[in-house]
Parts: sequence; structure tokens; C-alpha cells
Amino acid sequence: MSSALAAVPVVIKPKNAGGCTDAPVLRERGQREVFCGLTGIIWLHRKIQDAFFLVVGSRTCAHLIQSAAGVMIFAEPRFGTAIIDERDLAGMSDANDELDRVVAQLLARRPDIKLLFLVGSCPSEVIKLDLSRAAQRLAGVHAPKVRVLNYSGSGIETTFTQGEDACLASLVPTLPATAEKSLMVVGSLADVVEDQFRRLFTAIGIDDVQFLPPRRAHLLPKVGPNTQYLLAQPFIADTARALEARGATRLEAPFPLGVEGTTAWLAAAAREWNVPADKLETAISPARTRATQALARIKPQLDGKRIFFFPDSQLEIPLARFLHRELGMELLEVGTPFLHRQHLASELAWLPEGTQLSEGQHVENQLDRCRAAVPDLVVCGLGLANPLEAEGMTTKWAIELVFTPIQGFDQAADLAGLFARPLHRRSLLAA
Amino acid sequence: MQLTVWTYEGPPHVGTMRIATAMTDVHYVLHAPQGDTYADLLFTMIERRSKRPPVTYTTFQARDLGGDTAQLFQDAVRESFERFAPKAMLVGASCTAELIQDDPGGLAAALELPIPVVTLELPSYQKKENWGAAETFYQLVRAICGPLAPKPGTRREDREPNRPARCNLLGPTALGFRHRDDVREISDLLEKLGVIVNVVAPLNASVDDLRRIPDADFNVVLYPEIANPTASWLLRTFAQPMVKTVPIGTGATCEFIREVAALAGLDPTAALHDGTSRAPWYAKSVDSTYLTGKRVFVFGDGTHALAAARIAAKELGFQVVGLGTYSREMARDIREAAKGYGCDALICDDYLEVEAKIAELQPELVLGTQMERHIAKRLGLPCAVISAPVHVQDYPARYSPQMGFEGANVIFDTWVHPLMMGLEEHLLGMFRDDFEFHAEASPSHLGGPAMDRRGDVEAGTEVAVIEVPVAVETVWDGVPRWSPEGEKELGKIPFFVRGKARRNTETYAREHGVRVITVEALYDAKAHYSR
Repeated sequence: MSSALAAVPVVIKPKNAGGCTDAPVLRERGQREVFCGLTGIIWLHRKIQDAFFLVVGSRTCAHLIQSAAGVMIFAEPRFGTAIIDERDLAGMSDANDELDRVVAQLLARRPDIKLLFLVGSCPSEVIKLDLSRAAQRLAGVHAPKVRVLNYSGSGIETTFTQGEDACLASLVPTLPATAEKSLMVVGSLADVVEDQFRRLFTAIGIDDVQFLPPRRAHLLPKVGPNTQYLLAQPFIADTARALEARGATRLEAPFPLGVEGTTAWLAAAAREWNVPADKLETAISPARTRATQALARIKPQLDGKRIFFFPDSQLEIPLARFLHRELGMELLEVGTPFLHRQHLASELAWLPEGTQLSEGQHVENQLDRCRAAVPDLVVCGLGLANPLEAEGMTTKWAIELVFTPIQGFDQAADLAGLFARPLHRRSLLAA
Repeated sequence: MQLTVWTYEGPPHVGTMRIATAMTDVHYVLHAPQGDTYADLLFTMIERRSKRPPVTYTTFQARDLGGDTAQLFQDAVRESFERFAPKAMLVGASCTAELIQDDPGGLAAALELPIPVVTLELPSYQKKENWGAAETFYQLVRAICGPLAPKPGTRREDREPNRPARCNLLGPTALGFRHRDDVREISDLLEKLGVIVNVVAPLNASVDDLRRIPDADFNVVLYPEIANPTASWLLRTFAQPMVKTVPIGTGATCEFIREVAALAGLDPTAALHDGTSRAPWYAKSVDSTYLTGKRVFVFGDGTHALAAARIAAKELGFQVVGLGTYSREMARDIREAAKGYGCDALICDDYLEVEAKIAELQPELVLGTQMERHIAKRLGLPCAVISAPVHVQDYPARYSPQMGFEGANVIFDTWVHPLMMGLEEHLLGMFRDDFEFHAEASPSHLGGPAMDRRGDVEAGTEVAVIEVPVAVETVWDGVPRWSPEGEKELGKIPFFVRGKARRNTETYAREHGVRVITVEALYDAKAHYSR
């Protein structure tokens, strides 16, 4: 066994044991160069294959989703917008009647839809259009063929990935109950990653792992007092709360990014299921060895390079941990839209002491800091990437990190590759 | 409420961003919640601009709503004035901020900034992107040039006989469809004519440039959707005439030259015989014979759709079978033009309706926006993009204008490229069952796999229908049925005309009381329509 494998810590440092557990956080407010929660629809509508996401909002909402989706890459999307117009606002037409009409029109066009989400937006929140009542009413009309739920993806309440959190939280009360001991993995994963994890859990001896969200609307996981859940994503706060209200218990673990994170994440479940250490080791070591070897090939490209994170998906802290500990990158600033200390406790403990953390955003101030720090690589949103490249910086689009399979052993090198590629590319073009 | 899958235009404040981003020293402060910053990527990603749009968003949150969002706005205005030192500022609200009614104009005015601050009232729940751009440009030019206006009724001084005429080019913006290249093409053309371009605005213009707009003798409106209100105001206020012909296509370019020459008192002859104009000869050359009567469907913004229809019909010899626009402001012009081509006008911003229309008409070429490109892809039809909304590929690295003689050349290439070449079409007609060279294959010069076989799928379902024994029917419902042989024969017709053949045959059968479409009936119909 190589020394890299021997160094993999399975036991997580206890709290207040250093790292960034108690690190001060720079909290800023000002212009945020971050998407709103509606954007989560871009991957959620592909993940749950018979669900439709109907945003109740403005033309801006419709334009946002199609622009954020790389502008019209999906010819027939399972999302749409019920655009509020001045007649709805002036009270000339009853917004609820209008919504009923639009939903009927939509379901007539898409008879394959089994689950409809009414998604609230900034305008629908400000005019206080009650979508939960609308969902109840419409569920009555269209049951049992179509279930209707609602959540808010509005920018006044949610940041980018929080939209997925709100969506999953709305699903939790509808999950069937169970008293059986079971493991649930929470947060969207690429199908290929899900399949890998399922195989690994089976090998470890944990069968029937359930995933939220499911691939089909009727394949809902069961939940109850003996449900243990692992977070696959760091932005699932409300869903976690809702699961706990149903009796489920969270397994404390870092996130399954990189070799260390994936190992510890799987180990957290193994501990709960009293899996013997050698059985765990046997189950995961082939994939872990592959991943470690693959990472070793990429490490020279990233080792010692200095990285700066603008806030985007809440994945920043686990990513920074991976890049620092497994690839030797130096962390200049790790910005995140929202820092959930409890869910990120293991991650924070793994960050090097003295890392500059920031939460929220004042984009101009942060750009000033970024320019002053002269990083080798900047992780930022699509609005900033080209301008920063034009200033001579090398950037990585943050959005790619939520659209790409990056979790688990067999994706660890792909994830590292996402950060190495911009640097490699710059060196090619300079030559 | 309107169910929307894709939208042709963004909200009106995106129009404002297109003006602010086009200019060099204007800053826009937008009262907006988190998320509205997505609009930045339209400019940095789609258009690949190397600078962030000069826009500051206040980013208010739910918890601010009970508190002081007004203070947030005022702070944002003050801060961005200090940081960016613009020469003029635009202030306004996005759709959500419009609902909370914070009065951005009043709040900004209270700061008494030493620069012009233009308040934009853009009704987000009623208007759209192009309207927002037009309104912004108009309000900005009015704010800058209004103080320079002569007393109403003042006669404009005649141009001194030896001074060359000067004109402004109005309308090009950021995120426009080929605006960058159109400006260069038309500037060159005007220079050849002997006209001096005074100011181009808003693209690459400064506030000081706007101040010089009244110095010109006349205005050229390149994009009426954006510059018409401004040019009309300049006509009323400074008595500057406006050139209305939009020079897209060879014919329109020649008309444009004549119109400009008349206003500038110049001889257009030399400019009309431009050595770089190749499109007319290409269209005349015998190789282009196969373009004759190709059925095209045209959809886009008003200006580009009108121009495309004219080029299609008059300069390429296509048949315009459908013409439409999402620009309601230009509905009248489009309806009139459609009447001239003997087709229906489609005035609509519902992508699904446009899709249904294209599926019904089964054109041989779709000229549309990125939306229609998707529709055409799904229906297996060739397509060329003629108008916004745009995609990153609509910003080519090379010079690629739509306007002027070079624009006409570019259009000829772009539209003809997706079509099957003439001899290839004939070979397909002769040897229909070749396993590689069959009707569903893409044009060979484009490569790639066979196209969508949707037509065959439809045929399959209808085969199922005819299994119902015809003789059992006592009362005919007026719907002709295809016999298996008829259906099979139809399948031998190349896919790009099969839809038309099917429709024509069914119409013929209905009108002639033919209950079952046999091979004979198919050829009867063919003869009937090929008169």
C-alpha cells in the first residue's frame, strides 16, 4: 500500500481541533454575482425524468433560466414559466384562475408529467401569490395522475443551489414512512455517480441505499426514525431539517469529493452499520487506489498553485479542502454564498489554519482583493470569467462544478482535471 | 399569465443594459434582487465581451423588504459613481423592484450627482427587451442633446455647398445580431459615397459623442426597433432627416445608397457598382437554378424578417411560404409584406405556436432565430439564423456583416450552405433506395448521420390506421385513407418534399372525394399540382 493511502484519515478530527473550525469569516453585503435558486431547475429537470418545473414569475425569470442553461441547449425542456403580466398585477384577472388555466394547458401538452413543481420567484413572493394553496388546489384537480408541489426559487430568498434544497425539502413531507433502518443519500448526483455509490455500499454490506431526489417521481425514498442520511451536497440545509422532522438522523461526514472525502463519507455509513474495518477496506480499496494513482498524475500541475474562490454553489469549502490537501494548492480566499457551520464542520476542520473565508458578497470589493492577491487560478461565475481572463487571470467556471460528475473515487481525477485544464490551456496558448 | 418555454426577448432592463454596455462611459444602477446578475453573462459569454457590463445591481433580499431598500439603492448609486466615475448614469428597477416602488429616479436625484442621471421607467410586466433598448437610447439622447435644441420652429441652416454631408449611424448596440460588422460595412460604404460619419451610437459612443449628434445633416437608422424613437425625436427637434431603408440585401443596399445620395447631394453611380458585390451573380449563375421556388419560412425581429423575405423572394428566387415576427411593433409592416408574398403573417412570441406553424408548412428552409434553429433541427429541416435572439456562434470571429454588399454575399453563403446541392437532389430522386445515398441522409457536403426520421414515424402510425377495413365504413368522414401501396410510394419521395407531397395529396383526395389514396391517386394529385 502506498503512503498516500496509508495517510487517508478515516476518523475525523473532533471539533475545535484546529483547521478552520473557529476561523473568522469575512461577511460582506453588496452586489452578488450569483444566480438565484431558479437556476437549480437546469439540472433538477433532467434528474427527475417525469417532473416538470413551472416557474410562476416574470419574463426575467424565463430569460434567466434559458440564459443560464447555456442558452437553449435543450430543445424540449421540462421547465417553463407562467409569466405574470400586468393584468394579473392590476387584478383584472384572478392570478389563481390564470395559474389553473396555464397548468391545465401545460398538462394537456405534456401528458407524460407525473410530478409538477410550482416554483415561486421574486415577483410571486412580493405580490404574495400563495403557491402552496395553489399546489393543494391543483393537486385536487389533477390527482391521481399528477402530483403538485411547490417551493420558492426566488432570489430574495435563495442563492443558486439553495433552489435544489428548497425543491427537495418540498418533497420530504410526501416521502412514504418506514421504521426500517436504512441509508439515504441526499442531494442530486449524476446517475453514473449514484450507480457507483450503490455498488460500493452493496460491497460494504449496506443494501437498498435510497437516493433523494429520485430519478422518477414515483421512486420516492422511505423515511422514518431509523433512517440515517448522508449529505451528498453541502447546500441541503432545509431538506436536512425536514428529514430530521421525520425522524431521520444525519451521519456526520465530509463531502464525497476527492479520495479523502469519499473515503470518510463511505466510512461514516460503514461505522453506523458496524461494518468491520477490513470489509470496508476490501470494498473500497480498488477504486481508491485507482483514484489515488490518477490524482498523482495531475498533482504536479496544481501543486503550489494559488487559488481564489468567488462564491457560487456552496461547494467552495469542500472543493478548497480537496485541492489543498490532495493536490497541494494554496488557498488565497474561499468565498461561499452561505456557510452552514454544522454541515461543514468536518470540512472546516480539514482546511488549513488561517484560510481567508468569506460569506455573502460585495463583488467589487472582492474583485479588488482578487486582483491584489494575483492568484494562479480564479473560480468564478460566468459573468466574471471572460473579463478576468482578459485581465490576464486564469479562471475556472464555477457552474461546471455543479453540472459535471465530480463526486466519488472514479471522478476524483476528473474533478482535479477541471482545475488543471485552464492552467494547461494557458500554457499551451502562451507557447 | 402566459405559458412560456423559451422567450424571444428578455425583459426591458436587458435592453437598457445593451445600451449601457455598448457605450464607453455610461453606468447603469439597477434596483434588483439576487439572480438578476445573470444578465451579465449574456455579454461576457454569448458576446465574449472582455469587460463586465457597466451595471451595478443592488441585490436586495427578502429581509430588506421590510427595511430600507431605498437606502440600499442610494448607497449603490453613490458607490458606483465614486468607483466608476461615469459621464452619465442610468437608474431604474427590474421587475421585482418595480413592485416595491422605491422611486429610483427620486432617490438618485436627491444625491445631486454632477453628471446627467437618466431615470428609466420600464414597465416590466408589459414591455420587452427591444422596447427597453429603444426607450433607453431615446431618454439618454434626449437628456444629453435636449439642452442643445434650438427654439421650436427654427429653420435648420443649409449645408455649405462645399462641406461634405455628415450623418449619424443610430441603433447598433451590445448583444446585437452582427451590429459590430454592419457598422463597419456601412461606414465604409458611406465613405465611398463621400459622406462623413459624424457619430455612431450607442455602440462604442461616449457621452461627449452623443452631444455631437445634432452636428450631423441627417441620421441613418440601422436598426429601427432600437433607434426609431430617437431618430424621430431628432427629426422633430433638430430637423435632421432620417434614412429609413435598412440596407440588408443587394436591392435594399442600392436603395439605401440612392436615398443617402439624394440627402447628401451626391452621385450614387460609383457606389452602386461595387466590385465586391457577388451575390447577384451567384444567384444568376446556372448552379443556383435548383434554388428556384424553394419554400422558405421566415421568422425574426421585424427588420431582419422583412429583409430576409425580400432577399428570399427577389434575390434568390425562393418562395416565401410563411413570414412572421416577435416584434409586435412591426406587425403592420410584416402583415403587409406577407400579403405581397401570398402567405399568412405570424405575429407572435410563443415559440410553441411558431413550431406548430413550421411543422404545418413543411418548408424546405427555415430562416429564423436560434429558436427556429432548434425547431428546424427537431423537424429535420435546413436552417439559417437571420436575427436575434442569438447564440455564441452568432458572434463569428471573422468579418461577417448582414448589411451592405458584403452582407448580401454573407447571406447568400449562409442560406445556401444548409441546402442539398442541385445535382445531389436529382440523384436522390433517381435512385431512391441506395443504402448510403438515401433521402434521409444529410446533404453530403455537411456530413454527419442521417437526419430525423420523424416523417417515417408519422407514416408508421398512419399505416396502422389503414388496417381498419375500409369497406366497413358506411358513412365517409371525409378523411382520405392511405392504401399501403400509396403510403409506400410516398416513402420514395425525398423527405424534404414528402411532407408537402403528403399534404397536397390529402387535400386533392378530400376535394375530389377520393376515399383511399392509391398509387394512382398519388400521381393524379401530383399532376394536379404541377400544372
